[in-house]
Amino acid sequence: MKYVDEFRNRTLARKLLAEIRRTVTRPWVIMEVCGGQTHSIVKYGIDQLLPPEVELVHGPGCPVCVTALESIDRAHSLARRPGVIFCSFGDMLRVPGSDGDLFRIKAQGGDVRVVYSPLDCLKVARANPAKQVVFFAIGFETTAPANAMSVWQARAEGLANYSILVSHVTVPPAMTAILESPGNRVRAFLGAGHVCAVMGWEEYEPLAARYRVPIVVTGFEPADLLEGILMAVRQLESGRSVVENQYGRAVLREGNPDARRMIARVFEPCDRAWRGIGVIPGSGYQLREEFAAFDAARVFDLAGIISHEPEACISGLVLQGARRPLDCPAFGTSCTPETPLGATMVSAEGACAAYYNYGRRR
Amino acid sequence: MTDFTLSCPLPITERKTVVLGHGSGGKLSARLIREVFLPAFDNPLLNRLDDQAVLQAGAARIAFTTDSFVVTPLFFPGGDIGKLAVHGTVNDLAMSGAAPLALSAAFILEEGFPMEELARIVASMAEAARAAGVPIVTGDTKVVPRGAADGIFITTSGVGLVPAGVNISASLARPGDKILLSGSIADHGMAVMSKREGLEFEGDIQSDTAALHRLVAEMVAAGEIHALRDPTRGGLGATLVEIATTAAIGVEAESAAIPVREPVRAACELLGLDPLFVANEGKLAAFVAPESAARILEAMRANPLGRDAVLIGEAVESHPGMVLLKTEIGGTRVVDLPFGEQLPRIC
Repeated sequence: MKYVDEFRNRTLARKLLAEIRRTVTRPWVIMEVCGGQTHSIVKYGIDQLLPPEVELVHGPGCPVCVTALESIDRAHSLARRPGVIFCSFGDMLRVPGSDGDLFRIKAQGGDVRVVYSPLDCLKVARANPAKQVVFFAIGFETTAPANAMSVWQARAEGLANYSILVSHVTVPPAMTAILESPGNRVRAFLGAGHVCAVMGWEEYEPLAARYRVPIVVTGFEPADLLEGILMAVRQLESGRSVVENQYGRAVLREGNPDARRMIARVFEPCDRAWRGIGVIPGSGYQLREEFAAFDAARVFDLAGIISHEPEACISGLVLQGARRPLDCPAFGTSCTPETPLGATMVSAEGACAAYYNYGRRR
Repeated sequence: MTDFTLSCPLPITERKTVVLGHGSGGKLSARLIREVFLPAFDNPLLNRLDDQAVLQAGAARIAFTTDSFVVTPLFFPGGDIGKLAVHGTVNDLAMSGAAPLALSAAFILEEGFPMEELARIVASMAEAARAAGVPIVTGDTKVVPRGAADGIFITTSGVGLVPAGVNISASLARPGDKILLSGSIADHGMAVMSKREGLEFEGDIQSDTAALHRLVAEMVAAGEIHALRDPTRGGLGATLVEIATTAAIGVEAESAAIPVREPVRAACELLGLDPLFVANEGKLAAFVAPESAARILEAMRANPLGRDAVLIGEAVESHPGMVLLKTEIGGTRVVDLPFGEQLPRIC
């Protein structure tokens, strides 16, 4: 398969690993921002092959994991209501809220549907004019353009029974929060390739300069990750800190201008609570005022929902790269994909689930 | 764990209701069987947890199995629910080395189900049974009110004769065994999913549904087979884990050796699914004595249903119950049972 096979090539991977070993002279902590990258690293055993000086820590870029409990509880409240068809990306179905997950709600009669694109929700809305169709609009800048497009198109068509429950998050404020946190150990970032495919990397340049951290926009296949790590190590070893692009086949400096325009038309920045981390200023998107009629949080009454998080879960620290999954006493014992205490154990992209599913045990 | 108290607000597996994941072939299914069915029905034949039970009746050994089919959509590229219902039960018999003798078919029909579709399904079953040489000799029909079923559910049961000297069971796999796979994986699951979700993939994705008993007979004639499974729900990954657990052996396999057809691989990539856990309906995995491996592989490749058969790994003494997969770039990963249904990832 083109664009996949050549990046899973063993000879190339060996060459990159040898080059990393040759280059590194002292310990460095590198954070891969995106959950998709964490998934690949653990799936292919990349971290096991790296020299001991290079320590990878897993970042907050799992959209399912960082969606605030309050948002999930609101989603569940909507999904339980008669007359509502609740649409969601598949891996959101198993994420526990304060009381159960969407699977349970579905089993109890809620009309919960998995969609691959928010535009599919418009089809559902057209086919069910007597129902309210709500889409759970979560994710980073990656999913934002299509989510924005669905609202844009719904308005153009005059669809009155479609709304989205927005819980979007954005990457640069989260990276700032990590760099500003007192115990921060991260010295370089592998930037999230797909987020940058939309947004480009201009907004990362001030971060690299201000905090003196190398940021390498990186893809998701093994050779991408190894090359991204090599580029980061080269910068670290030579004292440089700039934004570089490893993922040239997908990312341009300006990103995708059409997608960015669509986001800017429909959404505006807002403060956002991240699960396990807390509120990060300016780290979310909300619908602009002119799209209020498509905002499920305003269309429906969502007052009186009380959320509570299990105390034992350290997923917040895992998401910030301050702790690793194996540091948690609950990992693999009381917290497993069957009995998740936190979202990082639920989503395939969550660091804890990646460790568990690919057999990293104590 | 003594100094650490946990208050999980969500004992997610303490489910008061059945959820779809209980039927996925993953951990939830295993749990359901372990906690509800095994304690109630407890007996040595059932407890082996093979795809069929082998009963001693005088001098004869009779393989006996049953399976229900609830697929949506009813018709998909490469097959339909009727074909599946015949092939699935024939294959469950064949995985004991048995020669299938006859099938039963029970239909649960929803009020309002189009007669034309029923006729198509039945014709397809008849055709599949004829081609397999296994007659459908008894049956039952029930009709339930609209809404009480999803169109049509089919249950087939089957009996077969296990030839003398043939002894195949997951529990008989042993260290040193070579693991053979009869062809590409994930075709069926992706064919159904592409139709179900209205996804249009470039390239041709067809279900691999097929009756495997003749292939098995040729393999049995070629050498010594210890364990056989057709990796249906839960895919090859779940099958390898089940055999490793049942036989208390370790499994080591090579990711690059497992064939996945190009369009299927692309579809899996697109949806973020691991082909290792996607269903097959016409493939088998065999744990065979090492000295027989070459001959059995040759016999498999001589049959059209085993044309692409490959050696994917071996059973080892170390890490019993654990399946290790060597990744494409030389790392290692542990393959575990999926929890419930595989979910398409967000991005």
